[in-house]
Amino acid sequence: MKAMQDKQGDSKNRATFWRRNLWSGILFGLGFVAFLDETLFHQLLHWHKFYDKSTVAVGLVSDGLFHAFSWFATVGGLYMVADLRRRGALWHKMWWGGKLLGGGVFQLYDGTIQHKIMRIHQIRYNVDILPYDLVWNISAAIMILVGIGLIMNAKRDQRQGKGAFSHA
Amino acid sequence: MHDAADNHAFFLFTDIFFGIPALLAIGFYIGAVLATNRRKRYRKWPWQRTIFFVTGVFLAASALIGPLSRQSHVDFTAHMAGHLLLGMLAPLLIALAAPMTLLLRTLNVNFARKVSRLMKSRSIRFFSHPIVASILNIGGLSLLYTTNLYTAMHENLLLHVIVHIHVFIAGYLFTISLVYIDPVFHRFSFPYRTSIFILALAGHGILSKFIYAYPPAGVLEEQARIGGMLMYYGGDAVDLILIIILFRHWYQSVRPRRDIAVRMG
Repeated sequence: MKAMQDKQGDSKNRATFWRRNLWSGILFGLGFVAFLDETLFHQLLHWHKFYDKSTVAVGLVSDGLFHAFSWFATVGGLYMVADLRRRGALWHKMWWGGKLLGGGVFQLYDGTIQHKIMRIHQIRYNVDILPYDLVWNISAAIMILVGIGLIMNAKRDQRQGKGAFSHA
Repeated sequence: MHDAADNHAFFLFTDIFFGIPALLAIGFYIGAVLATNRRKRYRKWPWQRTIFFVTGVFLAASALIGPLSRQSHVDFTAHMAGHLLLGMLAPLLIALAAPMTLLLRTLNVNFARKVSRLMKSRSIRFFSHPIVASILNIGGLSLLYTTNLYTAMHENLLLHVIVHIHVFIAGYLFTISLVYIDPVFHRFSFPYRTSIFILALAGHGILSKFIYAYPPAGVLEEQARIGGMLMYYGGDAVDLILIIILFRHWYQSVRPRRDIAVRMG
């Protein structure tokens, strides 16, 4: 009986804090992709360059802003998760939807605007870059689509008051 | 360029000029802790704060006196390591040591009132404003590395002293304008401080990459690259600690009250 009430309480809290769930996911997703980019491609593989001579000035500014923002997004997103948990309001489906959406949007921005238009740096040097760019940007698009799908699905669960929602 | 005798006099002066205040600061801090811990009405001063303070002052001093400061004159990477210690890590540690709180608890009521009146003054409000502190910090660094101030600082003793004091004070003001450890009379909201902080951190990153690509006058390209990367990643590391403290404070401030939780459940 008590477990039942807790479940109902949880779904109420989730509904109240659905925006915080979504934003926490978006922020963490963005920060996480930026973090992977830094560790995998800059530090471990050494594919990306710290500074590429062809970078335009606005690219340096954009890179600086996104890099700074990603630190805040990662830490802030996780503290928001901790806050949602202590309120019994963490909604995994919504959070994962936000995470994939935020991560995908950042990766697509990085792969198109920052790499191609602002020419901050390329994914890898001295290779045919086209396959790399395609994999990078298509995987970003897939993350965005799956993310949006999960968010819409979570909202539908909530509207229908489905059992899946209270167990989600 | 200086000759050896000039250099010797230069560093002897800075060793004394920065070394004595550093020792005095540590002495006063520990003295105040010991004196107030004896008073019954106060709880014990957390020992971690004393460790933070002593470590912070030692790190700041290590950039100003001794071998690292001598090496900084000829080696840009050493200069940058010193700058990270003096302008970022030492101010953070000293801020975490809550020196203002210790001062207020040490002074008698009359003096403490005067100090808190001073803290509320317009000039303190101005210099501890997040935007002003960020401009002093990042703007000062931009001047240092994009004009010939960097070269001039090594030739002129007075400039050397002023620039180093500025780096430390700007770093300290920046830290206390963003994370509130000591009592703060002019508070800004979390979103406000976060936004300013992101811009300042971005400015720091952009300047690091700028140094990497366009070495300051008199700095070799290879050294500028290492120095720029050290500034970028070292700055990230210290700022990550600041960000964690900032959000930790947010997390504590939005703690749901028990009764609300019960009503909602």
